[in-house]
Amino acid sequence: MMKPLLRLERRAEPSRVMRLAAPLVAVLAMLLTGGLVFALLGQPPLHALELFFVEPLTSTYGIGELLLKATPLGLCALGLAIGFRANVWNIGAEGQFTLGAVCGGGVALFAADALGPLALPAMLLAGILGGMAWAAIPAYLRTRFNTSEILVSLMLVYIAQLLLSFLLHGSWRDPAGFNFPQSRAFDDRLLLPLLADGQRASVAVLFTLVLAALAWVFSSRLFAGYRMLVAGQAPAAAAYAGFSERGNVWLALLISGGAAGLAGICEVAGPIGRLQPTISPGYGFAAIIVAFVGRLHPVGVLLASLLMSLLYIGGETVQLELQLPAAITGMFQGALLFYLLAADLFVGFRLRRATT
Amino acid sequence: MITGQFAAMFAAMVIAATPLIYAALGELVVERAGVLNLGVEGMMLMGALTAFAVGSLTGSLALAYAAAALAGVMMALLFGVLTLTLQANQVATGLALTLFGIGLSAFLGRDFAGMPLHGIEPLRIPVLSKLPVVGPLLLHYDLAVYGSLLLYAVIAYVLPRTRAGLLLRAVGESPEIAHALGHPVQAVRYLAVLFGGATSGIAGAYLSTALTPMWVESMSAGRGWIALALVVFATWKPLRVLLGAYLFGGVTVLQLHAQGLGIHVPSELLSMLPYAATIVVLVLICRDPKTILLNQPASLGKPFHPDA
Repeated sequence: MMKPLLRLERRAEPSRVMRLAAPLVAVLAMLLTGGLVFALLGQPPLHALELFFVEPLTSTYGIGELLLKATPLGLCALGLAIGFRANVWNIGAEGQFTLGAVCGGGVALFAADALGPLALPAMLLAGILGGMAWAAIPAYLRTRFNTSEILVSLMLVYIAQLLLSFLLHGSWRDPAGFNFPQSRAFDDRLLLPLLADGQRASVAVLFTLVLAALAWVFSSRLFAGYRMLVAGQAPAAAAYAGFSERGNVWLALLISGGAAGLAGICEVAGPIGRLQPTISPGYGFAAIIVAFVGRLHPVGVLLASLLMSLLYIGGETVQLELQLPAAITGMFQGALLFYLLAADLFVGFRLRRATT
Repeated sequence: MITGQFAAMFAAMVIAATPLIYAALGELVVERAGVLNLGVEGMMLMGALTAFAVGSLTGSLALAYAAAALAGVMMALLFGVLTLTLQANQVATGLALTLFGIGLSAFLGRDFAGMPLHGIEPLRIPVLSKLPVVGPLLLHYDLAVYGSLLLYAVIAYVLPRTRAGLLLRAVGESPEIAHALGHPVQAVRYLAVLFGGATSGIAGAYLSTALTPMWVESMSAGRGWIALALVVFATWKPLRVLLGAYLFGGVTVLQLHAQGLGIHVPSELLSMLPYAATIVVLVLICRDPKTILLNQPASLGKPFHPDA
């Protein structure tokens, strides 16, 4: 029988170089795959890749769009990364995003007059609390009844979307809206101020930066963050040290739920400006990829959210310019995560020529 | 006609349960081998698209199902290479498989979106389906429905009663010991994962050729995830998967027939039922930690590599 020429050997210590190089390798592999897909679709690959990845960055408006789409991705992913580090798998950020939009939007629609100048802060707060409340359900069920937070948080995505649709087909519908299932547009004073004229990104970009700083402090400077890290990397050690698993689950889900809720309200109090049945092109799911590509580290997540945002914008550009389907974005996203997971092998292992 | 309505609801329940049975039984085999594949939804969608495309291009339902199974196997192979050979995290890879499947099927399926499936007749049992009472109630389904029962019977026999089933369970309980005894752990896990891919693909094919004969982006609407929940709900036992799937089929039908039964609840709230029911049954079954500890394959989700 032929012996394999190469074999895997576990490294004595995980390679730091490979940990940082793996995302870059994954991006390169994704670009190559992208070029191949474009070629198969009968497009000159370099031109298409340039349209996809470079063209959007050449104008102020393009940069604004990049930040606009990176914001919800970054907010969601920063929260998710904290949980993933502790092996708490909240994959329902999309639902928490929706609930944040519903709760914040509810304040905008029904309490804005009474709140006066406090209306916008109240909307943001309601958004955060809404996302937290939605994430509290899997947290409670996991800690009390031992149910998988993966499945519960995911089921709640569908329920959240149906809830939004129910409200918009019912009492929240704009009476003057020609029967479209959407709410009335929010007043201008209920919308987040824009970063600069001539583009659409709002001060939500700054929230993302603040949250990234907080996430960094939390995970590398606070004891609670350390406990979660230990729980993720060495569950047995965490149990032996008496670190509470319940505490970790609650903390991870409340933080990620609140962040996703904030992303949701920032989206409807920003570029959308009202509640409507579809408020996200899957930001909450794409944020899972962002968290992994960003190595679950706040700075990495910020960079990865810009990359993922570029994938969305690039998808729209090639749809307009080359009449290619925008769904190409989803394929790029999935491929990127696959390549990353594959490249991660070399963090813990190295290839050795087999010796007989 | 009360019996008429009952027969219609019973049939609708069986049909709604069928894709869940395929997907959940396949995932059960995968998990009994110690591998957690969260990519069921993605594999189902690729199966659904492939079946629709092949079905509408060739007009052959058999080819459509075969192609869908193959598509599921290809997706599962990707998962297998990443998690079994390359040792990637199973949870993350499964999520990636689902996201990839959603994206890829939406991308490849753009030309088929919204088209109805023409010219394909469901395959039925000849003669017997014309019998009175039993005929309409039990014998008039398309063959895929009986296929799901056959699949159950095979798995319910092989897992506890054959050497192959014992090996599969041994690999899922303790891959280290199975490896030390000289059993091919990796090969068994690969086969299990590919089998799960094939059944997920078939589940998808049932969606796009029988349940709602058309292709729509993300048409599985969380059924892959419900199938995953069913495996937990069934405490990794085939019979309970079957019963659980019919229970869910019943919930779905309740949602469709509620208006007819005089229950006036907005459709969005009724549509929440299967998802809410999933959460409720998970709580009921997981409430006692012993139930899970005693039944869950001991190495579920834990990576194993013979060289390492």
